[in-house]
Amino acid sequence: MSTIAEKILAKASVEKREVVKPGEYLNCNIDLAMGHIALAKVAANFMGIKKKYRKVWDNEKVVGILDHFSPAPSERWALAHQMIRKFAREQNFKYFYDIKEGICHQVLPEKGHVAPGMLIVGTDSHTTTYGAFNAASCGIGYTDMTIVFIKGTLWFRVPESQLFEINGKLDKRVMSKDIILYIAGKYGTDIGTYKSMEFVGDAMDNLSIASRMTISNMSLELGAKFGFTPPDEKIIKWLKPRTDRPLELVKPDEDAKYSETFQIEVDNLEPQVACPHSVENVKPVSEVKNVKIDQAFLGSCTNGRIEDLEIAAEILKGKRIHEDVRLIVIPASQEIWLEAAERGISKILIEAGGIIGNPNCGPCFGAHMGMLAGGENCISSSNRNFKGRMGSEKAGIYLASPATVAASALTGVITDPRDI
Amino acid sequence: MVKKEWNPVLKGTVWKFGENVDTDVITPGKYLDNLGECKKHVLETLDPEFPANVKVGDIIIADKNFGCGSSRETAPEILQDMGVAAVIAPSFGRIFYRNSFSIGFPLLEADNIAEFFNKGDIAEVNIETAVVKNLTTNKTIQCKEIPKILMDILKSGGQLELLKKELKARSKAEKQNK
Repeated sequence: MSTIAEKILAKASVEKREVVKPGEYLNCNIDLAMGHIALAKVAANFMGIKKKYRKVWDNEKVVGILDHFSPAPSERWALAHQMIRKFAREQNFKYFYDIKEGICHQVLPEKGHVAPGMLIVGTDSHTTTYGAFNAASCGIGYTDMTIVFIKGTLWFRVPESQLFEINGKLDKRVMSKDIILYIAGKYGTDIGTYKSMEFVGDAMDNLSIASRMTISNMSLELGAKFGFTPPDEKIIKWLKPRTDRPLELVKPDEDAKYSETFQIEVDNLEPQVACPHSVENVKPVSEVKNVKIDQAFLGSCTNGRIEDLEIAAEILKGKRIHEDVRLIVIPASQEIWLEAAERGISKILIEAGGIIGNPNCGPCFGAHMGMLAGGENCISSSNRNFKGRMGSEKAGIYLASPATVAASALTGVITDPRDI
Repeated sequence: MVKKEWNPVLKGTVWKFGENVDTDVITPGKYLDNLGECKKHVLETLDPEFPANVKVGDIIIADKNFGCGSSRETAPEILQDMGVAAVIAPSFGRIFYRNSFSIGFPLLEADNIAEFFNKGDIAEVNIETAVVKNLTTNKTIQCKEIPKILMDILKSGGQLELLKKELKARSKAEKQNK
C-alpha cells in the first residue's frame, strides 16, 4: 500500500518505521549528502559549532564538488573555492571532485555514488535528478546541510505522491524535455509542490536513462520533492559497471495511494518551448517559430549528456549555424566531453560554428560563459527562464530540447527540429 | 541576521506580490558574490520600490508558489536581513519553505490570502495561532497552523541555534558520565 517515496522514507527513518503516511514528520538517516558551492557557507556555519563536534558524521557519505563558477570567474569565487577545498581537506572528505569533473548531477551517478533506494540530499535544487535511478533525492539549503553534516539525519514530511501515466510513441527529434515542458505548460509549475512525482507508462519505459534524468531533473521545476521515473532493469544495467552499492529496486505496491493521477498521450506531441519568463509559459514550437535568437545554449544538468550532443551533431553535421548566432556547448561531465571527442561529435559541433566549454554549470544560472545583454534572446536546453537568470532582465530565455536548440542555432530563429 | 526575542505577534506594512515569485528575482545570480550589492536589487524587477523602501517589520503577502526555483538560502536570508518579518502565501517553493524555517524566518500558508491585502495595508500576524488580520480593512484570515517541529525551530531562532543547544546538552551529559 506504499508509494516509492513512502517506502524509502520509512526505511530511512531513525525509528525504523514499517509504514509511513503522507503528512507525517520523520527524522531520517541520510545515505548521501552532496555539497557544491554552498559548502562555503556550510564551512562558515561549522566555525560556529563547538570544536569537538565540528566533524562530518561520516566522511564516506559526503561528496563535495566544484561545478558552479568553475573555473572561478572572479577573485571572490576563487576565494569561495579555496575555502571549500580547505574544508574538504580538514574534514577528510573521501570524495571531493574539483573543477575538472563536471556538473554534480552527472558526476555523482557516473562515479557510482547513487543507487536505488537511497535517501540523498544535495545543496542544489536539481538534486531530484537521481529519481531516475530510483533514489529519493532532493535539494536543501546550507543550514539544513550543516545539520546533516553534523548529525547525519534530517527532518522530512512524508509527501503525497502523484502518478503521471505517460503513454505513446514520441516522434523523431521529439525528446523527454518536450514531455516535461508540456506537463509544465498544461498543469503549471506548482502542480507537484511538496509532492513526490512518479512518472510511468510505455513512453517512460522506452526512454533512456539520460532522457529520464531530464524528467527527474525538471520535476523540481514543477515543485516536486522527489521525481521518480520507472524502477526497471535499465537502471541496474547503467549502474552495475559504475558502483559496488547494492542494486535493489524499490517499486510501489500495486495498491499504493496517489493523491492525483494524470494521463498524458505523447503520440502527436510537438516539440515544446517555454517562453520568457516562466517555465509554465509553454507553447508548441509552431506557435513561436521565427522568434529571432542571438544565443543557443546546449548544456546543463538538464540536457548536457551525450545523447543531447549527439542529436545536435546529427542536425548540424556538414552545416554552418546562422552567422548572427553564438552556439555555446557545455558537456555535463568530463566523461561525456571525452566520449564526444572520441566519437567525432565535438568536431561536428565545432565545424558547424559552435564553441565548447569545460564541463560545469556555465551560464545556466547567470554565472559566466555566455551571459545575455538587454534585448537578446537565448534558446537554451537548461531548466529555468526566470527574468534576469542569464544576465539582463531585458533578455529573453526560451527553454527547449537539445534538438530544438540545434535546429534554431542553424536558422537563427526558433525552429522545429523536424523541419531540418 | 538580526536576533530577536521570540514574539509570536507581528505587525507591519504589506508588500504585495503575484504568483511564482522565484528565488532568482529575490537574489539574482549575478549579485550572489556581493550580498551588499544584492540588497539593492532584491525583488526590483517586480517592484522597483522594494529594495529602497522596505523597512523592519514589513510583511510580504504573495500569491501561490512564492520562492520557487533554486536552493539558494540567500533568498529567505536576505529578506530576513532587510527586516521582513514574515511571508504569507497560498504555497511556497519547498526548498525556500525549508530554508526559511531553518533560519528562523516564519512563513504562513492560506489559499486565498492574496485577495485580502493590498500593498500598504497594515497586517497583524500571530505566528502561533496562524491568525492574520488586515487592520486596514478589518478582515481576519485563518492560515494553516505551523507544524510543531517547525515551531520548535522558529522558537529556537533557527536550526543552527537548536543544534547548538543540543550539542551543549550532549557535552554536559558526556561530562557527567565521566
